[in-house]
Amino acid sequence: MILSLCIALPAATAFLLLLLPRLAAQAVRWVALLGTLATFIVSLVMFANFRAGEAGFQMVEKQPWIASIGVDWHLGVDGISLFLILLTTLLSVLCIISSWSSINERVKEFHFFFLLLETGMVGVFCALDLFLFYVMWEVMLVPMFFLIGVWGGSRRVYATIKFILFTMAGSVLMLVGILYVYFHTTDPATGAHTFNLLVAMEQAHYALEVQRWLFLAFGIAFAIKVPLFPLHTWLPDAHTEAPTAGSVMLAGVLLKMGTYGFLRFCLPMFPLATMQFVPLISVLALIGILYGAMVAMVQKDIKRLVAYSSVAHLGFVMLGMFALNIEGLTGSLLQQINHGISTGALFLLVGVLYDRRHTRLVSDYGGVAKVMPVYATLFMIIALSSIGLPGLNGFVGEFLILLGTFASNAFYAVLGTAGIILAAVYLLWMYQRVFFGEVSHEENLKLKDVTLREGFVIAVLVVLTIWIGVYPDPLLSRMQPSLELVLSRFQAAGVSQLLVP
Amino acid sequence: MLDLAYLIPFFPLLGVVLNAFFMRRAGEKTVGVLASGMIGLSFLFACGAFFTMLGMAPASRRLEIELFTWVAAGKFEAPVAFLIDPLSLVMMLVVSGVSFLIHVYSIGYMRGDPGFRRYFVFLNLFVFFMLLLVMGGNFLIMFVGWEGVGLCSYLLIGFWYTDDAKATAGKKAFIVNRIGDFGFLIAIFLIWTSFGTVQFTKLIPMASLYPVGSGVITAICLLLFMGAVGKSAQFPLYVWLPDAMAGPTPVSALIHAATMVTAGVYMVARANFFFTLSPAAMTVVAIVGGGTALFAATIGLVQNDIKKVLAYSTVSQLGFMFLACGVGAYVAAIFHLVMHAFFKGLLFLGSGSVIHGMSGEQDIRHMGGLKSKMPVTYWTFLAGTLAIAGVPGLAGFFSKDEILWKTFSGGQTVLWLVGLTAAFCTAFYMFRLVYLTFHGKFRGAKSAEHHLHESPRTMTVPLIILAVLSVIGGYIGLPHILGGTNPFGQWLDPVMRPVAEGEVMAHHGEAATEVTLMIVSVLIALAGIYLAHSWYMKKSETVKALGESALHTMLLNKYWVDEIYSIGIVQPFVKGSELLARYFDMGTIDGLVNGLGSFFSWVGGGVRRMQTGVVQNYALFMGIGLLAVLAAFLMTTLG
Repeated sequence: MILSLCIALPAATAFLLLLLPRLAAQAVRWVALLGTLATFIVSLVMFANFRAGEAGFQMVEKQPWIASIGVDWHLGVDGISLFLILLTTLLSVLCIISSWSSINERVKEFHFFFLLLETGMVGVFCALDLFLFYVMWEVMLVPMFFLIGVWGGSRRVYATIKFILFTMAGSVLMLVGILYVYFHTTDPATGAHTFNLLVAMEQAHYALEVQRWLFLAFGIAFAIKVPLFPLHTWLPDAHTEAPTAGSVMLAGVLLKMGTYGFLRFCLPMFPLATMQFVPLISVLALIGILYGAMVAMVQKDIKRLVAYSSVAHLGFVMLGMFALNIEGLTGSLLQQINHGISTGALFLLVGVLYDRRHTRLVSDYGGVAKVMPVYATLFMIIALSSIGLPGLNGFVGEFLILLGTFASNAFYAVLGTAGIILAAVYLLWMYQRVFFGEVSHEENLKLKDVTLREGFVIAVLVVLTIWIGVYPDPLLSRMQPSLELVLSRFQAAGVSQLLVP
Repeated sequence: MLDLAYLIPFFPLLGVVLNAFFMRRAGEKTVGVLASGMIGLSFLFACGAFFTMLGMAPASRRLEIELFTWVAAGKFEAPVAFLIDPLSLVMMLVVSGVSFLIHVYSIGYMRGDPGFRRYFVFLNLFVFFMLLLVMGGNFLIMFVGWEGVGLCSYLLIGFWYTDDAKATAGKKAFIVNRIGDFGFLIAIFLIWTSFGTVQFTKLIPMASLYPVGSGVITAICLLLFMGAVGKSAQFPLYVWLPDAMAGPTPVSALIHAATMVTAGVYMVARANFFFTLSPAAMTVVAIVGGGTALFAATIGLVQNDIKKVLAYSTVSQLGFMFLACGVGAYVAAIFHLVMHAFFKGLLFLGSGSVIHGMSGEQDIRHMGGLKSKMPVTYWTFLAGTLAIAGVPGLAGFFSKDEILWKTFSGGQTVLWLVGLTAAFCTAFYMFRLVYLTFHGKFRGAKSAEHHLHESPRTMTVPLIILAVLSVIGGYIGLPHILGGTNPFGQWLDPVMRPVAEGEVMAHHGEAATEVTLMIVSVLIALAGIYLAHSWYMKKSETVKALGESALHTMLLNKYWVDEIYSIGIVQPFVKGSELLARYFDMGTIDGLVNGLGSFFSWVGGGVRRMQTGVVQNYALFMGIGLLAVLAAFLMTTLG
């Protein structure tokens, strides 16, 4: 019940908004805030009910939906999806708050789409039915299309069409893969085909050749979302043109759909193919880490810089995942959460500056620390988290990723570790040009420091950054059993050379 | 008392929290006293732990305190754990003690600065991380402290961030250090994959099972040393330290002389159970250390910025410490580390006092004759100078001499000569500094001369305390040859047991040789002082002539190493990234994507022309299609 509630609440709130008068912008905001807040609280209840130490799905719900073709409303949560759901519901609340004064046109429509987006995202992470998963995956696209296309920056139409085309191209391939799996999965009770993911996983004993194709069908869709080099060029455009809330959701949650997809479908269902694709994906991830960092370094637009930094960070996530050992996988999953927190916060921070000056160019700033000291401090902490400073969240994830990678392939790990140097280069250089020095533009002299509302939103994320950095155990211990289960499928598939030290 | 030792790093952290959040409206005095008081508490607790441990049998002087599980995944586990043993206690005492003095000094030095509270928050945070570094019971906690002090260093170098050059210096420090940290991190990975733990006390017995010269151990040592080279500013990663002088002078004293930069030496000494097993790595450490000691000392000969001279001196002295580590004389390395903390901390604080009195002037060519105006500063500075120069009886004499002796008796004659030359340079540049700054006539502007004054009590008292330590501190390690028992060596002995320093090593050399060498190094130091005196105490034509030589230009420009890095590495990298972004990312990849888009709209546009709306055309297409299908059918059935 609780997962259904998590999915339904935002959608219900969205339709409630439709009943409000068009001009009641303030009422719309409050209703949307209450809706997302309620969803967040429900997800906290879910967290409280989650039994740590268990590997399988919990709070499972199953209702026949389209019985004739074996589609169920089938939901569940495990250590892999738990924190991704929490991240989604939390960021949603923060986004609504952060959009309070920056979205002034079509307020109702904005919040309507935003809430639908949240439903889609939570749905993707909860779905245990391939058909339902696909529906949620697509449901998510539509609101995002409008969020970028209507409330975005000057090149929003180009960006949003590019985003949609890229994602659609992947979705189509994934649909083919889903259908293939469907026709090779039979419900043991009825003998009919079923979209039930749990059954599909159990019966996933495909020949290597088949696995390879299926891995590609699913994997390309996910790789575009991640994004894995060289499928990443939609990202800087979409992230940069989207309104702040859209960028936060894109970076914080949507990218994780790709990495989540790999973890949920490709690894457990196609272990033999996964083993074969390790070199390819690891190399692409490494290129992403180094190349993303280098390109980020020379960006002139702060938001674009942050966008490219995501390419590098997600490279780490993929690298750790394809180390295929528990250390790497745990780091990878934790880093997905960390990236959501710190990059989400970075986009929120850039949004604060953009709201004041309506420019995102690095060269339009300088000396901001002097006029906005609190803002500069918050920005510094988040940047350090992104750099991977020990004591903040990013380090724990990156460390485990590189440790796991080192255990399976020392060479990859050495290259990946070099990426950590670069992260410091591009972020500190940008920080210096924006915040240090004398105030070089007169317009910036009168910049107001963060308001209580803006400060609160970021402070929430800063607290999480420190908490996960100092005491990540509550997360790690809940993630691991489920990840061990994924790895056990490799042993079951007879992959003997499993790379565990 | 020992059980409470885990509290030691948390006092400064408490200071950070209190000052950052609850002292927004408090006056400077409250903020400064609070911050200093927290460090004072750490120092008191460290003393308590020290005396408790002193009362224990040498073999049982080791305590591990585990607070909670930090990172645990799969088989990897790293708790937040402290290791209290003679080595970490020495470091804890030095760090908290010197920090306390410098905190007090800072209250006077930073008076009136708009960032006063921010300064003390950063400084306390630094001490927290530094204590974490030296107390950490495993490599990961050590790494946390390691990176943390790097962060504070970055924040404090760029403390006056409105000056772009200072901000750049901070960033440079952070990034160059990260290059070293790259090695450190990979060392941790390698340690874990080889041993399955990163905890010091578990590693020691495991490492001893490896044969001497094992490849894995050598790799681990060299990677760890790469981290040390970054943090302790050795060649080729030393370039950040001279620039780091952009920070407030007490910061230079604390972070960039007395404590943080010595972390690399501490790390090598802590990991002595690895290094001892790898003669190859030891040789590398010794050569890099000895080479850097001389290299930096030569640059120090001609610098005109008072802090720059001291900065290169620090690089050089750290080189001495690594030289000691490289010849297996870890006790001598730590001994020199402690003495260096006293006299270099003192010298930097003294230079701060000078700069304070000179209203910000740092160029020694514009100073002179400050002796009479700033007597306390002068006498304390002189004490520090005598100590670092290696004048018999003072702190630096004992420690430096022990290093040179161990180098010689270890058979490294070339490195001994290198060290001796560096020691000569040290005596020379330090006395050049003293003569140009404090003696002769004042060469600055009249207004500056009028303004000259001795610094306030909060600044001079720490100077006096450090001066006393610089004079008498060396006696804690009085060697046997001079009738001492080297209590310092005995204290550290259990930690350095694998090498059995002190006692056993001493047998390698003849007592007569040791005395001879001691005399040689004293003469060398005196020669350096004499040369400085004859060149800088009176007008010297030689100095003028040398000042125009190519050698002088090369030294003044620091061998152009910064320029070489800039042209050879930094600029190509940035340029390459720009090309990559413009031509590859936007051009090639995105070009392909957009090209694909254009292709389809072009095809679509072409195909659209068929939709003419003329029925005859459609009939024609249908006819053609029908014929084609027919033909295909016939061909497959007949063929």
